[in-house]
Amino acid sequence: MTSAALRSRAWKLLEMVTTPLLPSDYLDLVSPLRAGADLRGRIEAVHPETADAATIVIRPGRGWRGHTAGQYVRIGADVDGRRLWRAYSITSPTNRQDGRVTITVKAIPDGKVSNHLVRRAKPGTLVQLDQPTGDFVLPEAKPAKVLYLTAGSGITPVMGMLRDIDFDDVVMVHSAPQPQDVIFRNELHDLVAAKKLRLTEVHTDTDGVLDIARLDELVPDWAERETWACGPAGLLDAAEEFWSERGVRERLHTERFRPGIVAAGDGGEVTFSATGKTVEADGATPLLDIGEEAGVLMPSGCRMGICFGCVTPLKAGAVRDLRTGEITEAEPGVLIQTCVSAAAGPCDIER
Amino acid sequence: MTAIDPTAHLTAEQIEELGRELDAIRDEVIASRGEKDAAYIRTVISAQRKLELVSRGVLLFSFFPPAWLLGTAGLSVAKIMDNMEIGHNILHGQWDWMRDPKIHSTTWEWDHVSPADQWKHSHNELHHTYTNVIGKDNDLGYGIMRVDEDQKWHPFHLGQPLWNFLNACFFEYGIAAYDLELGKNLHKRRRNTPEFRARAKAVGRKIRKQVLKDYVIHPLLSGPSFLTTLAATFTANLVRNIWTHSVIMCGHFPEGVQTFERRSIKGETRGQWYLRQMMGSANISGSRAMHFMTGNLSHQIEHHLFPDLPSNRYAEVAVKVRALFEKYELEYVTGPLPKQVFSAWRKVFRLSLPNKKPKVDAPDRDQELVAA
Repeated sequence: MTSAALRSRAWKLLEMVTTPLLPSDYLDLVSPLRAGADLRGRIEAVHPETADAATIVIRPGRGWRGHTAGQYVRIGADVDGRRLWRAYSITSPTNRQDGRVTITVKAIPDGKVSNHLVRRAKPGTLVQLDQPTGDFVLPEAKPAKVLYLTAGSGITPVMGMLRDIDFDDVVMVHSAPQPQDVIFRNELHDLVAAKKLRLTEVHTDTDGVLDIARLDELVPDWAERETWACGPAGLLDAAEEFWSERGVRERLHTERFRPGIVAAGDGGEVTFSATGKTVEADGATPLLDIGEEAGVLMPSGCRMGICFGCVTPLKAGAVRDLRTGEITEAEPGVLIQTCVSAAAGPCDIER
Repeated sequence: MTAIDPTAHLTAEQIEELGRELDAIRDEVIASRGEKDAAYIRTVISAQRKLELVSRGVLLFSFFPPAWLLGTAGLSVAKIMDNMEIGHNILHGQWDWMRDPKIHSTTWEWDHVSPADQWKHSHNELHHTYTNVIGKDNDLGYGIMRVDEDQKWHPFHLGQPLWNFLNACFFEYGIAAYDLELGKNLHKRRRNTPEFRARAKAVGRKIRKQVLKDYVIHPLLSGPSFLTTLAATFTANLVRNIWTHSVIMCGHFPEGVQTFERRSIKGETRGQWYLRQMMGSANISGSRAMHFMTGNLSHQIEHHLFPDLPSNRYAEVAVKVRALFEKYELEYVTGPLPKQVFSAWRKVFRLSLPNKKPKVDAPDRDQELVAA
């Protein structure tokens, strides 16, 4: 018998010992970060960055596979006793010696998770983690000239890249309301002093929102640069239009934190067939929220349609994609993203 | 069914007002659920697991009598915690709001031979919806006992004190059979439906796993303590069964608790539903430790009004509920455990005999509630 087969037989025996629980239910009591456990992390420190942003240092569990600079991680934090999942960019370099990772979170008004992490999270707390993901990353071959176009907390994935790689020629245009709102400001200025970065800060409280046409003046050679842009939808929409008009759209890489959600009509009776719950839904509320309100255990992720952590079979009826208005009808094997789908008439969700 | 309806003095408007006041109590708890409550259930679960581990560990040396006593006591308490404060309440969905997939009514499985999903159907759906409605709520007598004067007497009922005692000893098996509706399914030759066979198979699988764990694997692990560990686990299961049976009997059987006719719940309003839960349940008074060991089912009245509120909040809810009982001049049936157990058993004995004066002209409750 191979050692793997032996191990699996031993595990089976252990399951008989612990039934109806699993051996992992007991191991979690003593070693929640061990290899083989559900992926979790322990918050080890919270460092304030600005008045409303903080960097959270997390020791990930043994199953953590590491990230690529620019990627994000989904974090499940228990806020007021309720587990909520959000996605945050990783801001630590990939080769950090102590194996810890950091995320940098900006508290947004009424943001449940962001305010919790920035203002109330305590060292020692466990959070749930997913493996890092996202394609807002650099190509294998380091580009010769780089432009980072960022605003607000859009700087966080970019900081992960700046900390990770020494660029030959990198320019950053960053918008924030005031100087003291610029996250990582000291570190950015250190990079500038060391001639590793050229930085333009736009302070929107005094300068107004960045007019994308000003790029011609701020970064005359912007069209030759490989560009990564991250920030509010307005900035990214403007950038996409600007790059397209100049015929260099392929040079622009964007990361959107929140999708623009379009108003939708309809709605209907939603059946969660695995749990046997039926509720009325309007045509504008994501099915994820509808299910959670009804007490159905819904898988969830970024809640903005990017991570596919919430996909669920649609067994009957039709749903509307809240971002595009596109209608999806039930067919065998059809999965929908419940976080950006609303009922378009009666439907049946397998949960 | 009592000849005199104890709610006859209430008008239809009063009953609806009572419903609104109860809804307000419920909303208040829901709005204030939070971190403290989540910490509570996690602490209880972790304590239960540790207690079970330590007790099983001690039982490895159960040939040594003090170890046997200590391990058996610990395991009994651990099993009671698992079934009552943890299992029963999680399976009611009391903790679903936490959105923790590990502590959720759809994923939880308990130390019990009835599989969680079958129990949820018979208990949460049937018993909690049709509380104390004769012919609809099988919890009334579990299909083997006569618990109301108006139920037809049969010579079979002469033996019901004995059936009840046996049911107490092997309560988890009784519940499993009950969840399967075994009696009905065997009688009516419905056992051959694939649906019933699948459920029976699931119960068989669960029994096999539970028995294997308690009566084979753990005794074997104890080596020279094989027999004493076997006796210890048997004792712990017996203690757990008798305890849970006693607590559950106190919930709906004691004197003073009302039962209802099928036709009385037709077109029932929310207020009337609440009122039925209030009159059909009974509490157990006692210390905090007592409430904990009953899984807060000592607050049975509050649990039946709000089955999905977290159990750790029933004590504070009880104060407000009791005030409503007083306001509406209703009887809040409660008492210490021995008194309630005695009362329930006395009823089991009394109704094992035919009634001296069968009540023929029981008033139609529904008519009264509406007309009053």
